[in-house]
Amino acid sequence: MKILTLNFLTCARKLCKSSNTAFPLHPQDAELEIVEQDMNVEFLRNILPRLMWEELSGVVGELGLPALPPTVPTLESLTEKKLKAAENDPTGMNVVEVEVPSQVALDLHRLLLETCVKEGKLVCGSCGHEYQVREGIANFLLPGHLV
Amino acid sequence: MSSSSASYGEAYEAQHVHEVYEQIASHFSSTRYKPWPIVERFLKELPDGAIGVDVGCGNGKYLAVNPRVFIVGSDRSTNLIRIAKTHEPHSAVVADNLSLPHPLESFDFAISIAVVHHLSTPERRIEAVKAILELLRRPTNANGMGAGKALIYVWALEQKDSRRGWDEGHEQDVMVPWVMKGGDKSSKTKKGKGKKKKDKTEDQAEAPELQEADHKAEDKTFLRYYHLYKNGELEHDINEAGGAVIESGYEKDNWWAIAVPKSS
Ligand SMILES: [Zn+2]
Repeated sequence: MKILTLNFLTCARKLCKSSNTAFPLHPQDAELEIVEQDMNVEFLRNILPRLMWEELSGVVGELGLPALPPTVPTLESLTEKKLKAAENDPTGMNVVEVEVPSQVALDLHRLLLETCVKEGKLVCGSCGHEYQVREGIANFLLPGHLV
Repeated sequence: MSSSSASYGEAYEAQHVHEVYEQIASHFSSTRYKPWPIVERFLKELPDGAIGVDVGCGNGKYLAVNPRVFIVGSDRSTNLIRIAKTHEPHSAVVADNLSLPHPLESFDFAISIAVVHHLSTPERRIEAVKAILELLRRPTNANGMGAGKALIYVWALEQKDSRRGWDEGHEQDVMVPWVMKGGDKSSKTKKGKGKKKKDKTEDQAEAPELQEADHKAEDKTFLRYYHLYKNGELEHDINEAGGAVIESGYEKDNWWAIAVPKSS
């Protein structure tokens, strides 16, 4: 399960829905894995304004991952211009300017979309219930008495 | 509703819906490849970067439609989620549609396709619609502007032209068979028929007849519970759940509606 997904998950129990300590869930005993994905700057650009940056930073810290930038990166900072040899130019003399993902974008992509919780649990900060993650799948089914 | 009848409904669905899907997951999944046009249109018209949920996502068929939005799918079946989670860039988790693990009032859209009709009492169906609507962004004015939108799709009672032939006046609570062929021979046979099956609709793909090709003695029949919706019933449930219907219709044996939460 992607780190990004944690931004859209909270406790499944009704009594926790109005509690502001239920979000975000806290990963514990997490075993992480990298699941490579195609880099998509446009997707990052779209998703960035929707992130709860502070909460996500907290989760990233709890997982012991490299910290997020202190504030949300600007959309402009996701790309940079680079000079590149023009295509079909055997001389290599002509260069063109292309827009490529910046290091900021590459880092965010790695952290939010490629870094996944493989095993472990997600703990609610309000009721303390633990949701298991097995083989990358988080399970939010509640035992009968907690529904 | 008393808590004993609520837990009866839950136990009934556990046996006649959840258990069945868990068992037929991979076979079911191999027949689910063609999105319904209304659902496809709804997903493709979303603005880039929209954030949504797919409640009861099954094998994640609809997660494959639009990679420019982000969807968190959920389903009760771990076996189906294992398949659904392969659809990047989206995500999929195991959850119950009456206890969804999402923050309230924060999503731009929701879809719930062929799910609400599996709940076995009127109260639980309305609760299921409510659980979807409460995840959506609230409208920013009285005209419903700015609200998140949900597309809900259920099986219709009125389908006299379908092979099943149900129509007005028929019993609405039905058990529908799913026939799974014994042995691993079946998957090979089906691959060869892939071309031919391409034009089949969802309902046809689901029909027992399709799997009858070379069956010996080991076929297994699973019965799933369905509540067949009659004309106007989905709109009624949405209103009861505190939603407003902005568009609705009938598509190939199914009723569908697009709804928004009312301003609170
Ligand atoms: Zn909780």
